[in-house]
Amino acid sequence: MAITALVLALLMVFGFLMRASQAGLLVLPPDRFYQVLTAHGIGMVAICGLGGAGVMVYFLSRYVALTSAIVLANLVFFLLGVVLVLGGIFIGGFAAAWTFLFPLPAVSQNTWGPGATASYLVGVLLVGVGFLLLFLDTMRAILKRYGSIGKALGWPQAFGNSTEEPPPPTVVVSTVTSIVNILSIAAGAVILAVSLVNTYAPSFHVNALLAKNLIYFFGHSFINATIYMTVIGVYEILPTYTGRPWKSSKPFLIAWTAAMVMVLGVFSHHLFMDFADPRWAQILGQVLSYTSSLPVLAVTAVGTLGNVYRSGMKWNLASSLLFVAVMGWSVGIVPAVADGTIAINRVMHNTLWVPGHFHIYLLLGVVAMLFGFMYWLGSKAGAADTALDRASFWMYVVGGFAFSAMFLASGAISVPRRWAVHLDPWLAWDKLATLFALVTVLGAVVFVMKFLGRARKIAA
Amino acid sequence: MEQKLAVLVTIAGSALLIAVFAIVARSAGTPASADAVAAATARWRTRLFWGLVVVFVPIIGFSLTRLPYSSGTQADAITIQATGHQWAWEVKPDTVPVGRPIEIRVTGADVNHGFGLYDANNRLVIQTQGMPGYTNTLQYTFSQPGLYHVRCLEYCGLGHHTMMAPFVVTANQVGAAR
Repeated sequence: MAITALVLALLMVFGFLMRASQAGLLVLPPDRFYQVLTAHGIGMVAICGLGGAGVMVYFLSRYVALTSAIVLANLVFFLLGVVLVLGGIFIGGFAAAWTFLFPLPAVSQNTWGPGATASYLVGVLLVGVGFLLLFLDTMRAILKRYGSIGKALGWPQAFGNSTEEPPPPTVVVSTVTSIVNILSIAAGAVILAVSLVNTYAPSFHVNALLAKNLIYFFGHSFINATIYMTVIGVYEILPTYTGRPWKSSKPFLIAWTAAMVMVLGVFSHHLFMDFADPRWAQILGQVLSYTSSLPVLAVTAVGTLGNVYRSGMKWNLASSLLFVAVMGWSVGIVPAVADGTIAINRVMHNTLWVPGHFHIYLLLGVVAMLFGFMYWLGSKAGAADTALDRASFWMYVVGGFAFSAMFLASGAISVPRRWAVHLDPWLAWDKLATLFALVTVLGAVVFVMKFLGRARKIAA
Repeated sequence: MEQKLAVLVTIAGSALLIAVFAIVARSAGTPASADAVAAATARWRTRLFWGLVVVFVPIIGFSLTRLPYSSGTQADAITIQATGHQWAWEVKPDTVPVGRPIEIRVTGADVNHGFGLYDANNRLVIQTQGMPGYTNTLQYTFSQPGLYHVRCLEYCGLGHHTMMAPFVVTANQVGAAR
């Protein structure tokens, strides 16, 4: 978690630098801007994945026997991969964004070379191998304890008449996450390998539309599964404050099975503006964009509200961050569903509306959950919240919402995403976004410093 | 219009959710029976689920009747070929009259690009992806003359933000495109 905390802070600073550069408040040359963009995007996906995996492993270990060597191997693969990714970007100049849409990694007009591309692709592949090992091990451990995927997901209780105790929420969510991520990483590995071969043998190529489907299946599924991993922290920690255990009710079990099925198909909403994609896939993408919000709102959001409502609990930083994280996840759904409507996506796709909605999910959802988990570890070790902690909480939450809102406002006036240089009419929003980014980052830096300061106590 | 709708829905939905979370957060200090709250939570869950289903079904149904995808070739349409290169747009012709149906056939010569057409007020009007090996067709009829701009909406390398090209819609409704 210490690595997660440090990297989160660093990548948030990268985000601040990009917004400040777009606002004209400092100068990042375009090549450097796009390198930072690439590092920020792939880095955030990976580090949230690592932090989420940390939360999952921490709680899942209470129910099943995980292999500690595999957990360690995941960390080693992660660190090796990160070194290669950073080398490819900041030494080799690779800047194809986290999406590395085929065939861009190999077609850069010689602005970066094949060595940089290979370093990046192999680095991401190594990170993926580490995660794949981890999720194969979680599935192994879950199957050993519960016997089958159906039983681990609580199907006998959800769809049958079983009166047996259902698996706890952590096991259900870990099963969903493992299945989704094994499939998504496999898809990602295919396109990474194809891109790598194409870099050195351009005559070997793949259909660009198929490649795009594979990339978004990988990326969208992985980041959603990351949210799922971190929400385990909400299910496990919040009840320790409210005194109301979070149980695997029938709606809970049905919702998570539904979420698993839907998340595997909803990625096609990234391809609404690829008119060549099959029409059925686009329509399915819109329908699933709407329906996949139902499990989140009806189970996790309502469950959290019901768990907290008149519980008599006392708020601290950990519980506050976890509660806000569920709110952030829920609020992020609204602009996401709007953009998941093809008729609206027509004028919103690849504008700043898109990072607007996913920053609400990630900054105020996943990352808030991770910080909440870190504060909970600190409170377990006897650390008390201070006035600085509370001030940082409000800076992070208010700053984060305002920062994300600036993305949404910019998207609503059609500012394109991933532009190193912005036109004059867009700069006012960029400047406000930079201010709010600064406030958010300062709040996050306090969280990180506090966690690192408590790390030895927590480890003891 | 679509942008305004998205903003209004987002503001209303977000405000409602934040208000509910704030009310519940404030209630936390005053204890009540866990069983009674659990029963109420279950009722609210059912209401929310079916409420969203009732709201979503007509929205999905109606919005799916307004898809931007082309439906066959229009006989009197002016055809425009738009090709994305690293890092420039090649658009031929780049001048069309107002009021005539146009078909813009978009492709990418090297990597993925995004063809975004902005009006004189910097508002995105239409877009599609320009992909190597594919041609995506946009159908549109301009109702306002003026100077429009093509901008790239898919990240395509270090010159991505420089991919801009003018596009003129003339007030003259008669005559062929240049």
